[in-house]
Amino acid sequence: MPTSPELAKFVETTTLLKARPEEGSKDRTMVLNMGPQHPSTHGVLRLVIEIDGETVLKVVPDIGYLHTGIEKTCEAKFYQQVVPMTDRIDYLCPMTNNLAYCLAIEKLLQLEIPDRAQWIRVMLNELTRLNSHLVWLGTHAMDIGALTVFLYCFREREDILRLFEHVSGQRMMTSYFRVGGLALEPPLDFFDRVKAFIKRMPEKIDQYENLLTGNPIFVNRLKGVGHLSAADAIALGVTGPPLRASGVDWDLRRDMPYSSYEKFQFKVPVSNDCDVWARYVVRMQEMRESVKIIEQALAGMPEGRITADAPKVVLPDREKMKTQMESLIYHFKIVTEGFTVPAGEVYQAVESPRGEMGYYAVSDGTAKPYRVHMRNPSFATLQALQTMCEGRLIADVVAVIGSIDIVLGEIDR
Amino acid sequence: MDSAVLGKDAVLAALPDNRALTALLAWKAEAVLDAKYDRKELTITISRDEIRGACQTVKTAGYNFLEDVTCVDWYPGEPRFQVTYHILSHGLKERVRLISPVESIDPSIDSITSIWPSANYYEREVWDLFGVRILGHPDLRRIMMPEEWEGHPLRKDYPVEGYR
Repeated sequence: MPTSPELAKFVETTTLLKARPEEGSKDRTMVLNMGPQHPSTHGVLRLVIEIDGETVLKVVPDIGYLHTGIEKTCEAKFYQQVVPMTDRIDYLCPMTNNLAYCLAIEKLLQLEIPDRAQWIRVMLNELTRLNSHLVWLGTHAMDIGALTVFLYCFREREDILRLFEHVSGQRMMTSYFRVGGLALEPPLDFFDRVKAFIKRMPEKIDQYENLLTGNPIFVNRLKGVGHLSAADAIALGVTGPPLRASGVDWDLRRDMPYSSYEKFQFKVPVSNDCDVWARYVVRMQEMRESVKIIEQALAGMPEGRITADAPKVVLPDREKMKTQMESLIYHFKIVTEGFTVPAGEVYQAVESPRGEMGYYAVSDGTAKPYRVHMRNPSFATLQALQTMCEGRLIADVVAVIGSIDIVLGEIDR
Repeated sequence: MDSAVLGKDAVLAALPDNRALTALLAWKAEAVLDAKYDRKELTITISRDEIRGACQTVKTAGYNFLEDVTCVDWYPGEPRFQVTYHILSHGLKERVRLISPVESIDPSIDSITSIWPSANYYEREVWDLFGVRILGHPDLRRIMMPEEWEGHPLRKDYPVEGYR
């Protein structure tokens, strides 16, 4: 029996799954432990797999190795101080998490956000989607054995991270959105740099497709693997690209628009193949659509303020603080005491690269959230792993994990 | 600023065509304790013992997708726990929030895994972090915390820094 508290965290394999039938039998199955430290589990996912030969009979995920109690920590912070916490849930899409949280609190406060801030938010969210899908594509292809794509993807991802650094000062934990708008006006040449990047991106996506789409090894590893029917996907809480790859035409950006998404024209890629290949196709098309959304955002970028007209919530301009007494007082009060939010509860969902990212915020009228709960796409999608892997080979488990694009930080929170 | 509509009669008057509310009232009006329409979000309070039937009713009414199950601890108030269900309709493009009050003397509620299998993980999380026992759950184990952990961290009487 483990004695130290660190070791005690590890649940014995036998408590999760037992080999069948009795010991010594010729047909006895084997229980295999995969993870938590395993290169193809994308973090600290632990799977306990029952196998018969190489055929998978049962998969039981064991999660919680990255649980840091973010929801509990949020309850001890001012509303604005929660924004950096939301970055740390999912290191691949910080802006999406920032946005979902800010929208939830803005809904509680019933704030009107100026168009310019909304459009910049949309643009940055689509850049985040590209960023996340590039990491997915690189690691997914690497799991299958196509190592080159990984380097190509990370080359473009580096460009996106540089853009993030340029606009927010941080490459990954951006915290650029504020309750009520944005932190700062983007630097002068920011839009030009985004434009230059977007111009060369479609060509790069063609490059990835050249390497993968016609590659017989890649295609054979993906086609017909990890079947998930539309009914199963809905029953198991699957959202995002895996849901659309199962033939369900649902995208929160189009169907329940937030942050001005209704003003953008884009297609929602759907596939009826229900397998790993379909998820690959859907995500590749999504990247092309994201490029189009960013182009539209750049072309029609409105002028104006980037923060809402709410002096009790939004920090005042630096200039005004030097000339106006009220601004100085508001600044002091917001920084030291936070801002209060009227009592109530809201749920705000956004389409993150992995699916529906929802924030449930409950306020009791004070300056700290009473409860913040995150509905995480990967957490729900992980439940579909058993359905997708049953009866397939162990090597297919790796392909399936790659196709659902999990981020463990987001699952464990 | 829109003001909130409180009480089930007032909400029914404001949203006479809402499928979730009308279906629930037609199914068992006494199980619907309260309703609220606030910030364009509909919240319906369901009696604890009727939650499984209520979920089945809204599912039949077209709300096909369970988004989330979670809990709020109103310590030291009573009923202490509020179990929250967010249910989405792909067809109607709207969501409904069902909440169910749970007393601290017997913190337990029926499982809805028979209606939506996706509730499995969400309900395990509610049990793990709030200690609200889920009755009829197929695999009720801790999910985030270690198996032998004592206490339920998201309860309000559990210190943020933990016990040392």
